[in-house]
Amino acid sequence: MKAGTKFLIGAAVIVASVGFLITEGVKETGVYFLTPTELASKTAADPSFYDVGLKMGAKVVPGSIRRDSSSREIDFRVSDGQHTFPVIYRGLVPDTFTDANDIEVVVEGRLGRDGVFRATDVLAKCGSRYEAVPKTARA
Amino acid sequence: MTLLGQFALWAAFLLGLWCAVAGFSGRWRGRPDLTQSVTRAVYGICVALLVAAACLWKALLTHDFSVEYVWAYTSRNLPTYYVISAFWAGQKGSLLFWALVLSIFASAAQALSSRRHAALLPYVAAVTSSVVAFFVSVMLFAANPFERLAFTPLDGRGLNPQLQNVGMTIHPPMLYLGYISITIPFAFAIAALLSRRLDTGWIHAIRKWTIVSWMFLSVGITLGMWWAYVELGWGGYWAWDPVENASLLPWLTMTAFLHSVMIQEKRGMLKRWNLGLIVGTFMLSIFGTFITRSGVIASVHSFTQSNVGYFFLGFLILAGAFGFTLLQTRWHLLEPEAHLESMVSREAAFLFNNLLFVGIAFSVLWGTLFPILSELVRGTKITVGPPFFNRVNVPLGLMLLALTGVGPLIAWRRASASNLRRQFTLPLGTGAVVAAALLAAGMRDAYAVIAFALAGFVAGTVAQEFFRGVRARRRIHGEPLPRAFIRLVGRNRRRYGGYIVHVGILIYCVGFAGMAFKREREATLKPGESVELRSPYGHTYRFTHVGISQYQALNRIVSAATVQVERDGKPEGVMTSEKRQHFTVENGEKVPSFEPSTEVAIRSGLREDLYIVFAGPVNGTEEAVYRFTINPLVWWIWYGGLVLVFGGIITMWPGGGHPVPVTRQAPAAYGAALVGAGEPS
Repeated sequence: MKAGTKFLIGAAVIVASVGFLITEGVKETGVYFLTPTELASKTAADPSFYDVGLKMGAKVVPGSIRRDSSSREIDFRVSDGQHTFPVIYRGLVPDTFTDANDIEVVVEGRLGRDGVFRATDVLAKCGSRYEAVPKTARA
Repeated sequence: MTLLGQFALWAAFLLGLWCAVAGFSGRWRGRPDLTQSVTRAVYGICVALLVAAACLWKALLTHDFSVEYVWAYTSRNLPTYYVISAFWAGQKGSLLFWALVLSIFASAAQALSSRRHAALLPYVAAVTSSVVAFFVSVMLFAANPFERLAFTPLDGRGLNPQLQNVGMTIHPPMLYLGYISITIPFAFAIAALLSRRLDTGWIHAIRKWTIVSWMFLSVGITLGMWWAYVELGWGGYWAWDPVENASLLPWLTMTAFLHSVMIQEKRGMLKRWNLGLIVGTFMLSIFGTFITRSGVIASVHSFTQSNVGYFFLGFLILAGAFGFTLLQTRWHLLEPEAHLESMVSREAAFLFNNLLFVGIAFSVLWGTLFPILSELVRGTKITVGPPFFNRVNVPLGLMLLALTGVGPLIAWRRASASNLRRQFTLPLGTGAVVAAALLAAGMRDAYAVIAFALAGFVAGTVAQEFFRGVRARRRIHGEPLPRAFIRLVGRNRRRYGGYIVHVGILIYCVGFAGMAFKREREATLKPGESVELRSPYGHTYRFTHVGISQYQALNRIVSAATVQVERDGKPEGVMTSEKRQHFTVENGEKVPSFEPSTEVAIRSGLREDLYIVFAGPVNGTEEAVYRFTINPLVWWIWYGGLVLVFGGIITMWPGGGHPVPVTRQAPAAYGAALVGAGEPS
């Protein structure tokens, strides 16, 4: 067999494994990214959407944050203007997570059948006054 | 001053247009006056942009808050150092910074390039000037740094406290320098295509530029990791955020390019691939800017979102279409001069290296764009996060690490069994010993064991190369060890500098693998209370909360929480983490500006970092909420960066790069060893 052919086989193996790793990776680790309204309509249409790991991007309802510092548990409500979900999170939240005004958050976790979203991860995005401010909190 | 700045921007824009039109038209051929005019336009743009930059800096330093940009990013109580760096802290200023640096690079390319490349230079000028003109046009028509407010506020809004960090003032310009300098190799590639001078001339002309831009990208990315680690307090340094990925993409393709050009120089292969890679790298650098500025992909890096992003999208499409169309029309001129002879050869190792780099780049791009793609195709947004990127890239990265050891040692064309035995017995042994030792010590994380073993293998190859080179010099020239070592490196800068860069990379990999053994614990503690955390090396750390103190500094109120650290019962001193509330003074009263920010307490060591975050007091008492983290081997990443820079500087050091046949530098025995693995340096 010519070296060129052998190389093509090797190259095909690499390309195929990259493709395989990508498709498997997406299948295994991909999560839905939904707004509260999308989540509400998904669960209404298909109850199996409860207790599925997903991300929800929404705004924190001002004044809804209640912290229990000693247990590091925090609960708040998020909304997109049409639907609102209560969220419970245990862990440290980023500095940018405040009651102040309309902060955007991405919560990762599961929506329970009781309608409460249990977050394993809260990311807060800051408002317009900042640039380049990444913040992450991990459970 | 703003008027002068505005005027200078217009001057740069018009000169850029002239240079592009005159340069691309090719009319300068055989007309020295026109050729000179094109070159001078490049210098003229540079002068105009220096004037514009001086105007912006003057406005910043004199606190001229009537300028919107000055008001938005500085305040009277901001330390001067940050007032200066505010130049590139915001979008408008960073556009000016970008244009300015590019015009300086473009002038350097004109002034420093050898006369051998004279036939390329006006085309190069045309490309660089078009890019500068594009950036200036974005400023003039969408994001003008000299925009004035209708009134003059008393004070500015101040700089975000998280950007008030030395790393953060250097990290963006370093990354920008990396992104920007890619334009020069791209310009030479386009010039080679336009002029149909498709020999290795353009590759020689850009040799140092590619290393320069690769180094800036590497340093910029590493500084960004360092900043995220010390400033953000989530205990890591890389989150696979779209903006981080955007900086990694051109680095990956640039690294592939650095390797594949060697194949073209040596064997006349991969000509089309190299041109494609450099056009792709340039596109990825613009793509990075597009992602950062447009907000099309949700990122926690929230730059001001504006239509500026779409200027970049347009430019990206235009540049890509132009580059690849040009490549296609010259396709027939780019026949390879040689073909692959064996799978067991340096050419093959480099080809696989390139495939892996491009494969990793593709997977990172795919993962980054996946939310958009899935929404387009399936109507629902699906995101992938760090688990995806780690799953895909760790195995590919490990294969690359293995090739880092194989590539430089395996023979060109066709490696014989004796070549393989001679070069790889010792390094393979080293790797096996490392793996056996780690397994015996009880390490069971498969990827980590493989990573450390491969690091041992690569370290073995490099050590063997240095040892053999030094031994040959000592035997032939009778030189003492230090001189033999220095001469060996000095006479073969590209080769041995490259090895040192590889050592830097493997040190990074050791640091990355260490993160598999991270330990973390959160706790709420009253003064005197403590928690324990076991390190991966089997030591027990005890953290005791001492208390919280408050004081006021220049522009902030600080709450500092102090922790006493003990290791296996022995006291190891105290560590202090802070919560800072920045403020501005309005009418004599302190008004909080920005949200509180955290200063992490970090104690770094060769084996592990102790990393303590004070998350805040409980309801104003002295009870404190903490996160304690043990991060093994993180220190290695920063020092890997230093080694990498050191190696890079050696490869670039002037004088070492001229293509002298190796046999003239050293007698036959030594020369043969070099030819076996030879670089043409």
